[in-house]
Amino acid sequence: MKPPPFDYIVPGTLEEALHAARQGGSEAKYLAGGQSLVPAMNFRIAQPAVLIDLNRIPGLDEVRREADGLHLGAMTRQRTLEHDPRVAEAAPLLAEAVPLIAHPQIRNRGTIGGSLAHADPAAELPVLAVALGARLRARSTDGERWIAASEFFQGMFTTALAPEELLVEIVIPPRAERTGTCFMEFSRRRGDYALMGLAAVIGLDPTGACLEARLVYLNAGDGPVAAPQAAAMLVGRRIDTAAAVAAAAHAAEKELAPSGNLHASPAFQRHLAHVLGRRAILTAAQRAA
Amino acid sequence: MPPNLHEIRVNVNGVAHASRVEPRLLLSDYLRHELGLTGTHVGCEHGVCGACTVLLDGQPVRSCLIFAVQADGREVGTVEGIAPGPDQMHPLQMAFWNKHALQCGFCTPGFLMTLLPYLESNPNPSPAEVRQAISGNLCRCTGYQHIVEAVLAAAEEMSSPTG
Repeated sequence: MKPPPFDYIVPGTLEEALHAARQGGSEAKYLAGGQSLVPAMNFRIAQPAVLIDLNRIPGLDEVRREADGLHLGAMTRQRTLEHDPRVAEAAPLLAEAVPLIAHPQIRNRGTIGGSLAHADPAAELPVLAVALGARLRARSTDGERWIAASEFFQGMFTTALAPEELLVEIVIPPRAERTGTCFMEFSRRRGDYALMGLAAVIGLDPTGACLEARLVYLNAGDGPVAAPQAAAMLVGRRIDTAAAVAAAAHAAEKELAPSGNLHASPAFQRHLAHVLGRRAILTAAQRAA
Repeated sequence: MPPNLHEIRVNVNGVAHASRVEPRLLLSDYLRHELGLTGTHVGCEHGVCGACTVLLDGQPVRSCLIFAVQADGREVGTVEGIAPGPDQMHPLQMAFWNKHALQCGFCTPGFLMTLLPYLESNPNPSPAEVRQAISGNLCRCTGYQHIVEAVLAAAEEMSSPTG
């Protein structure tokens, strides 16, 4: 349970880090919070020859509110997402969901950028980024590019990032008026990976009918899984009762591909998606009103 | 193989240490093997059991998921540093003793290091909140019941004017 030897680089600037990654190529790995990478190294599942520690680069954990949304530096700790009042105000969905990620000891180290780049299908933050329509800024020595969260996740533990690219910033666009959000998940114990969970984003028009709906599920496929057909069933309707949302919550099951695990069969995961979906859609709609 | 050593300076329980470490040395192993502070226990070594919890700049973290080299310039707190004196115990330790909140004791340092900062920010937790606070620490002996009782007793003791 000890990692194999590696070279350790601790850059003081972003440019140094990008340069080191360019030089290291596919043998190099960025180290963010280390709450997924270090266990993988302890098990020797991951054996990077070069580790580039991002923890001493000033400004990479900056939180800012701008006209175009909430800017979160990639090294923003989950603890900050949980407690920073600016996050709660601009993106209450994040503040609601982040306390459900693992345990305080993990959230004190784990970062938003690290979790997104790791792309675990059971993780909360990828689902939240997709549900909130986040834009992700990636840097390399070649320059920078923006990637929509909906295009960032390309499969199990796989993202659109090239090996030498670094996710540096996450931008959550401002909430539209009359928009409510809700995150719900079911886990066997507090802090365990959830067996199923979803983020619901519901926008209402001035008459109270649903204008926009987004449903994104965790542990329902090989990445964050959106259910656009079920969401479309909500649009144009009043969704203020459990009966009004039941059909869409039920239909979403068809768009999910849960693989099951030791603790939950795919059928049970679908059942959870149905029940949690009904509750989350209704709660989000109530919060939007 | 050429030596791949990094100089680090770490303050552990108020004592400054200067060491040369391999990058792959985990903070948990550094504390135990280099500094002889064996109060920090190593259970699962992949961040699940919480036995190795220490304070890094005052915040509880898994010391098996941090490299010692990352603690350069930082303050680390371990279970050896929590008692007020050599013949005294911290009120939380006393409460664990009084309420039989340990049997084999292997997990206890991790529980203590998790709970100390928790009680500072939550001086009057409910039983449900205590269970949530310790959800990241595994104990295979007690069934947690006595641990919860000890935390509630310690919270009362620590928040009383004489405590």
